[in-house]
Amino acid sequence: MFDLDLWREIFQSINKNRTRSLLSGFTVAFAILLFAILFGISNGLQNYFTEAFGTDANNSIVIFPGMTTKAHKGLQAGRLIRFKNEDHDFIMDEFGDKVQYMTSKVNRNVTATFKGEKSNYQLRAVHPEYMFIENNVVSEGRYVNQNDLDRKTKVAVIGKVVNDELFAKENAIGKYVSLNGISFKVVGIFTDDEGDNEERVIYVPLTTAQFLYGNTDFIDFMHLTYNPEMNSDAALAFGTAITKKLKERFSVARSDQRAIRVHNMAQGTKQVDMMTFWLTVIIFIIGMGTLIAGVVGISNIMIFIVKERTKEIGIRKALGASPKSIVSMILLESILITTIAGYVGLLIGVGVLEWVGPSLEQYYIKDPYVSTRLVVGATITLIIAGAIAGYFPASRASKIKPIVALRND
Amino acid sequence: MLKIHQLHKSYPIGDSSLHVLKGIDLNVEDGEMVAIMGSSGSGKSTLLNIIGMLDEADSGDYILDGLPIKNLTEKKAALYRNKFLGFIFQSFNLINYKNALENVALPLYYQGMKRKERQEKAMFHLEKVGLADWAHHLPKELSGGQNQRVAIARALAANPKLLLADEPTGALDSTTSYDIMAFIQQLNDEGKTILMVTHEEDIANMCKRIVKLRDGVIMEDKKIKQVRVQQHV
Repeated sequence: MFDLDLWREIFQSINKNRTRSLLSGFTVAFAILLFAILFGISNGLQNYFTEAFGTDANNSIVIFPGMTTKAHKGLQAGRLIRFKNEDHDFIMDEFGDKVQYMTSKVNRNVTATFKGEKSNYQLRAVHPEYMFIENNVVSEGRYVNQNDLDRKTKVAVIGKVVNDELFAKENAIGKYVSLNGISFKVVGIFTDDEGDNEERVIYVPLTTAQFLYGNTDFIDFMHLTYNPEMNSDAALAFGTAITKKLKERFSVARSDQRAIRVHNMAQGTKQVDMMTFWLTVIIFIIGMGTLIAGVVGISNIMIFIVKERTKEIGIRKALGASPKSIVSMILLESILITTIAGYVGLLIGVGVLEWVGPSLEQYYIKDPYVSTRLVVGATITLIIAGAIAGYFPASRASKIKPIVALRND
Repeated sequence: MLKIHQLHKSYPIGDSSLHVLKGIDLNVEDGEMVAIMGSSGSGKSTLLNIIGMLDEADSGDYILDGLPIKNLTEKKAALYRNKFLGFIFQSFNLINYKNALENVALPLYYQGMKRKERQEKAMFHLEKVGLADWAHHLPKELSGGQNQRVAIARALAANPKLLLADEPTGALDSTTSYDIMAFIQQLNDEGKTILMVTHEEDIANMCKRIVKLRDGVIMEDKKIKQVRVQQHV
């Protein structure tokens, strides 16, 4: 039921007591404003850090062979460890359920020539899964596939920079590029959002490279990503398990640090996770703190308002106002002010974030943004807090004998 | 109109209590104009407040226009105050952010009267106290006498049976006091029952009956010959 007269009374009271209304409105608006900005900034910080770690699979483990430094099981120190295809299969057999993608790699530096253009690039001989590990995007043509591996075809997938430098004038797909004198057919062009260095790369099938560079089944190192559902602790344990198995397989002393090296991104992921966690905790504390400050502020103001209006309440009661009408008048006024002020604070806060957001990237804050639901939730919290904080003094004041209220000159 | 029997009231002061009214018996008929006199602390204001349902008695009977006033809920008390009583206070007790018209209309608002109707009615009463031209002024823009007249108009607005005045001239100079008294006499002539607390002899003599209180009991209760004031507005 909409009581026009009641609202008229409320609007008059708000309008005629501007200082009081502005004061309480300001408290709420400021609390919501701070809340929005602080949350926005910390969201921005999180965005920045998430992006700083790029789109490379951050669940990857790279396994490098090295040289033994300790004698073990009758074998001398200084023995060179080399991985072969069977080691790749061994890991897949042992840990297949924990592996998401896996590739072996042979890296070479090659000189690529095409119609008089000539430049040096990195050649990576890989399995097709490598595309997912590096998060490469094929912009034209296709990637290395299983068929290439089976048939040891001489095909190449070139990075965007390679394409721009060698094939400035024509479409590279289907052309033959010479890599250290051997012709490869270009079947695809890829991009990598990590930038030029990752695009100065040529991919060829692993088996083709092994065949061409000595007809061996050696591989330089292995690169895999673990099941992303694993948390960082499980991933670290997984890395340790691989190390242990490989050390047994190659008869390497357990304490030998250099024969087989496992570089586990989970180490970094764990740190990022920790940082994100603490950032969330700090955001939460700041948010709660701001909100509590706002609640305390609006509560104080409500107590003050009721105190200030005690005499008016007495007069109204003497003239026949029921306690209910007194309480609803005070509460509706407070709810109205908090709602409007909260909305204003929300608008200003979001506006400020929009406005200064883009210039904050140099301070490690990217896309500072706060969800409307969160701020509206905070505003509603303040409205409810204000209503509760106002209810008790208002209800007490409405029950004071009018004569006590009137005596309060 | 008003029957009071063995009314007692005490206020707690720390551990002990102060017995303010010690068994008051008072009957007021329709159309009377009664002055309640007494030195400060005699209990005269307390008596008026209990009559006005602004305060409650500890024991005793109070019957207003045939209705027993006892153990009222706040809501009921508010309703009765609105319906039966009009208040005039020493310090006017107008709401400072409302203009004269709005102040007069307030009791009508609590009666649930429509806005237009109550404004017309309030204007009528303002005209009656001679302040129609000041209807849209705030209390702080009016003189003490004018404010008291606004308060009287407000007390009259709900057309109460009984008008209660607590030192209505206490904050006014004597000329203005006499103006106000002349007006109150006029209301009485029109048939309103009036109960007034005062400690000024000359004001009391303008009523028709004087009840003297001392230390919570009625010392003297006599009808007097009313001194008429000439209204000179």
